[in-house]
Formats: sequence, C-alpha cells, structure tokens
Amino acid sequence: MTIEVEVKNVTKIFGKQLAKAKKLVRENKSKEDILAQTGATVGVDRASFTIKQGEIFVIMGLSGSGKSTLIRMINQLIPATDGQILIDGQDLTKLNKQEMIALRRKKMSMVFQNFALFPNYTIIQNVAFGLEIKGKDKAQREARAHEALELVGLKGYDDQYPNQLSGGMQQRVGLARALASDTDILLMDEAFSALDPLNRKEMQDELLRIQSELHKTIIFISHDLNEALKLGDHIMIMRDGQVIQTGTPEEILTQPADDYVERFIEDVDRSRVLTAANVMIKPAMVNIEKSGPRTALREMRENNTSSIYVIDNQQRFIGMADARDVIELVRKQQKDLGQVLQKDVPTTNPDTPIKELMSEISTTPIPFAVLDEREHLLGIIVRGAVLGALAGDGVTE
Amino acid sequence: MDILIAKLPVADWINDFVKWLSGFTGFFNGVTNFIGAIANMFQWVFDLIPIWLFFVLILGLTFYVKRNDKKWGLLIFELLGLLFIWNMGYWRDMTQTLTLVLTSCLIVYVIGIPLGIWMAKTQWVNMVMQPVLDFMQTMPAFVYLIPAVAFFGIGTVPGVIASVIFAMPPTVRMTNLGIRQVPVDLIEAADSYGSTSWQKLFKVQLPLAQSTMMAGINQSLMLALSMVVIASMIGTLGLGTQVYFAVGRNDAGAGFTAGLSIVILAIILDRITQSLKK
Ligand SMILES: Nc1ncnc2c1ncn2[C@@H]1O[C@H](COP(=O)(O)OP(=O)(O)OP(=O)(O)O)[C@@H](O)[C@H]1O
Ligand SMILES: [Mg+2]
Repeated sequence: MTIEVEVKNVTKIFGKQLAKAKKLVRENKSKEDILAQTGATVGVDRASFTIKQGEIFVIMGLSGSGKSTLIRMINQLIPATDGQILIDGQDLTKLNKQEMIALRRKKMSMVFQNFALFPNYTIIQNVAFGLEIKGKDKAQREARAHEALELVGLKGYDDQYPNQLSGGMQQRVGLARALASDTDILLMDEAFSALDPLNRKEMQDELLRIQSELHKTIIFISHDLNEALKLGDHIMIMRDGQVIQTGTPEEILTQPADDYVERFIEDVDRSRVLTAANVMIKPAMVNIEKSGPRTALREMRENNTSSIYVIDNQQRFIGMADARDVIELVRKQQKDLGQVLQKDVPTTNPDTPIKELMSEISTTPIPFAVLDEREHLLGIIVRGAVLGALAGDGVTE
Repeated sequence: MDILIAKLPVADWINDFVKWLSGFTGFFNGVTNFIGAIANMFQWVFDLIPIWLFFVLILGLTFYVKRNDKKWGLLIFELLGLLFIWNMGYWRDMTQTLTLVLTSCLIVYVIGIPLGIWMAKTQWVNMVMQPVLDFMQTMPAFVYLIPAVAFFGIGTVPGVIASVIFAMPPTVRMTNLGIRQVPVDLIEAADSYGSTSWQKLFKVQLPLAQSTMMAGINQSLMLALSMVVIASMIGTLGLGTQVYFAVGRNDAGAGFTAGLSIVILAIILDRITQSLKK
C-alpha cells in the first residue's frame, strides 16, 4: 500500500516568543513549563506518523491533546510552526497560497463536528459547495451532488435548508459535501460526536459501507474508544500534543504503550456500560402446554442448539431441557417434557450490567435466562456473545 | 510650568491645517461637482415624477418588502402621512430632504461597506479605524459644519458631507461586526474546500453578515436624516429649513408641522429598511 500522508516532526506553538518556545520544546520541557516560561501554548509537539492510502486512521486523545490542531495542519487551516507534512511527496508547509488552495480543491475535504453547513444554502447547494468553488457549472455539480446525497441515504431533501433537518441528517449532508468534491482524503474532526448514540452507530456503519466502496483515505478524530476500534485500521493516541502510541486496534488493546493508554482502554471498559439486554440472544423456545419432546427436538435442531428453554401458556419461563434428555423421552415414547425439566437455571433481569454477571457467567456452564418482572423469557446470555460484545462486535441488535 | 498655564494652541493647529487643506481647491471643487451631480440627479427625478406616481412607488415598494409578514398597517400610515406632508405644502421640502438623505447614504454605503470589510479582514485597519469611528460618532455634529463650509461652501453639498461623516460609523461598524460574527467552523469549511478570499467573502461572509449589516445601514439612514435640521443652517434646503425658519420666527405651529413631517419621513424610511433585513 502506498503512503498517502506523511507527517514528520510537526510542531505547532500558539502565541508569541516562538523561537524561545521552540527551543524549549526541543529540550523536552513540558507543555506547562513552556506555558509558564513563555506564555506560548504547545498545540502539537513533534508528531510523526504515516497514513496509508485507503485506510481509516483514527486519532484519539483527551481534550486539549492537539487532535484538532493536528488535523487542521494537514489541510493547513492552521500553519505548522515546524516540521514537514508530505502529501504525494509534496511538502505542504512550503506551498504558497495559490498552491495550497489548489491542493485543497484536489486532494482533501473536511467533515466538521457541528456540521458547519451553510445556513443560507439549500441542501443541494451545500453538497455542491466544493464543486462550486472549483468552478464547475451548475448542472454538472448538482448531478454530482445528487449522487453523493444518494450515497449517504438522503434523497428528496434538495431544496430544504440545513435547519430543517435533524442532526443525523445534517451530518449526512456534511459527509455528502465531502464526498461530492471527489477528493482522496477525508478529514473528519469528531464528525459523529454531536450525534445521539443511535444516529452515531448508524453513521459509523454508513461510513464503513461507503468506505468499502470508495476506499478513501480517512483521518478520523474520536473521543470514543469503541468508535475508534470499530472504524480504525490504525489508531494513534495523543497526549499534550505528543504522539504516545500508533498501532492497529489489537496492538492498542493488547500492548498499551503506557499507563495513559491503559487508562484510555479501561475507561471504556464495556462490562460497565453493557447490560444483560445488550448481549442477550434469542433462545430456542418451546411451550410445554402445547408441544411435546418431538417439537422440542425439531426446534433445537433448527436453532442448532443442545438445549431448549421451556415456557408455559402465560409465556412464563419454567425451566430448561437438555437435548440428550429429550431424545431419551422421545425414544421412550413419553409425551411430558416436565419430566426432564431442569429448574436450577440462573436468571437475571435485562438491566443488570454485565460486570455483575461476569464471574458467574464464566463459571456456570448453563446460559443465564433474562426475565422481565412478569417472568417472561426475553433472551439468554451465552458466554461467546458476552465476550464478543466486550471485544466490540456488538450483539446489541 | 508654562505648559500648564499657557493654553495649548490646538485650535490654531486645526485652523492652520484647515487653511492648508483649503489650498487644494481643485480637489474640493471636483468633489463638490461630483456630489452636486448626484444630488441634482435625485432632485431631478423627484421633480420629474408626478406626486401620484411617488405615492404609487412608495406604497408599491412597501408592499414588496412586506409581502412576507403581511402587516399592512404601514401602508395606511404612509398614505395618510404623505397626504399630510402634501397638504401642508411641504412636498418639495420633503423631496429635498430625501435627496440629502439618499445622496449621503449612497456615499456612506459605497465607502462604508468596503471599509467595514477591510476592517474585518485586516487587524491593523481595525485597530486604526475603531478610535476614528468613535471620534466621528461622538463629535457633536455641528462641528462638522465648519470645515464643510470652509471646503465646500454653502448649500446641499456641505450638508451631504457633514451627514456622510456623521452617518458613516454604523455602516462600517456593523459590516465589520457582521463579518466577524460568522461562525469559525463555517469559515473553516469555506477554506477547507479551497475557497479564495473573494469566494469566501461573497459566498459565505457577506450573505451571513447580511442581517447585521442591514441594521447598520438602517442606523446610518436615520443618522443622516437627523442631520437635516443642522444642515439647514448652512443652506441645505429641505424640511429642516422650514423648522429652522419657524424657530427664527418663533412660530410654534409651523415648527411642529415641519417637525412632524420629518418624523413621518423617518418612520417610513425606517420601516422600509427594517423590513429589508428579513
Ligand atoms: N487558536 C489557538 N490559540 C491558542 N491556543 C490554542 C489555539 N487552538 C488550540 N490551542 C491550544 O492547543 C492545544 C490543543 O488544542 P486542540 O483543539 O487541538 O485539542 P483537541 O485535542 O482537539 O481537544 P478537544 O478534544 O477538546 O477538541 C490546547 O491546549 C489548546 O488550548
Ligand atoms: Mg478538537
């Protein structure tokens, strides 16, 4: 894979006394020390990394760690104080104004946290903005804008204004605007952070779908490890303007570079956030008052399981039957499942955090039954699904 | 110690400066002719169109700008107000006042809007202009009459000049403010897609600054109108002249009717420009 963006020792210092601050940075003085001595704020401190063509590169870090500053140096909205940024082997920091404008038009587009749609423009005009700037004629740019809107799943809103759309829809427009200008690189600064969880998840899926078609190079800033793990081919973690670790999601999770990264990972410990309802799956079920062992057996075969959950006419959970016992019943020509019912199945309610169930889940071989207040069986929790959810491939739906 | 006792010769300096400036007669004559031509053009139009057509134009304009909020009270007010002015015999004075206001405002906008844009885009211009604008606005308007007469004689032109100076600040300020108020992320969005400065200005900054700018434009218009009485003292004809004469003759009735005519004109101009904002 070819390298798309190469950042070498890039530093950004805000404020006066730049020369002195630069020298202090080179002497590895801390951000606070430099602020105290010169009044200058170090935004980014000698960051180096490479981004390959067609990957999603996620930048993470606490507030103030320099993520926004860094991404804005990649399109030179903020000029770098020091260092090199190479795109196609061209050093951006050396370009003059015209060359920079040309590069922005050709190479990159940006999606913003608060959408940054132009309130005086309709949706179609917003999406066509990049092309309008490039001087494409109206018919051409609107045709392209339509394609982009379709790609993000927004048709028929052409003539509405941004304030008529929900946040999720507005960000689709923001994404469409970036896609319509046909640039290789997408810069996304916390693009999904202002969305509610449902919309956010939907947009993440959408982005992955679009990415599988278009193979852009995406630089994505996120606060949220789950999002980073889900989207990122590589993840870079920053603190106080410095790059602390860059790696694949697995590397970040399994070999955190230091305490800071470790805290980052544990901070989003999913077992605390996920509840029984998030990880439960649908079990094979049979109504004892309507069906006998043969139906139960067929049900198990269809669901590929070795046990079945038994309910009564009021949908109440009454126990579980094992496949071997049921086969025995069938062989003996017995009709009553009740004979082989196991009643000591562990149960829980849907709102219990996984954290509280963890130790029991790992010791009991029988899956938990999730019951509501009326003892209706909602689902069961199997070990595999719990671990899967903790590793990020949500079983939520 | 002397300096504390002796009066600083500031007044002398200013007088010398004014005298030095009056040496540029060619320049001032040029300006006088140019402004005079604009004013004459307006007055020529007002004298040309019959009164009924003037009514139709004003009411039609109001109808047009109010077409969205559908409040037609203003139309009735305009009809009655203009009839009153006509009935009082102040019609030509009213058009003369309108000429002063429109000429001044035209100049204010042509100079003030670009100046406001320049202030918004260039920090040092902003720093220089802020105190100048404060000065222009707080200096009593009377004071502008003196150099205006010195350079431009008497009549409509010095009235326009004094009004321009006095009415300029709101347009400049609000243009500057409106552009600065455009949210940063919209500016970033414009830049990140490769806009040139001009594209950014015309496609993003000015459209979004528009309603703030309109507030400044409206204020300038009102300030220009407020100069009519003052300007009448240096021979600018119009409703102000009628007020000024009434004061001289101690004629409260005439003063009131002329004053009321100014108020009517002010309300009409104010309401129409305010509706433009939306
Ligand atoms: N225009 C500026 N002038 C001075 N300091 C700035 C400026 N922009 C950013 N900074 C400083 O640079 C540092 C990095 O800021 P930046 O906005 O890049 O952080 P971030 O990682 O994006 O944070 P967040 O997660 O809150 O968006 C901060 O200490 C900030 O105060
Ligand atoms: Mg940020």
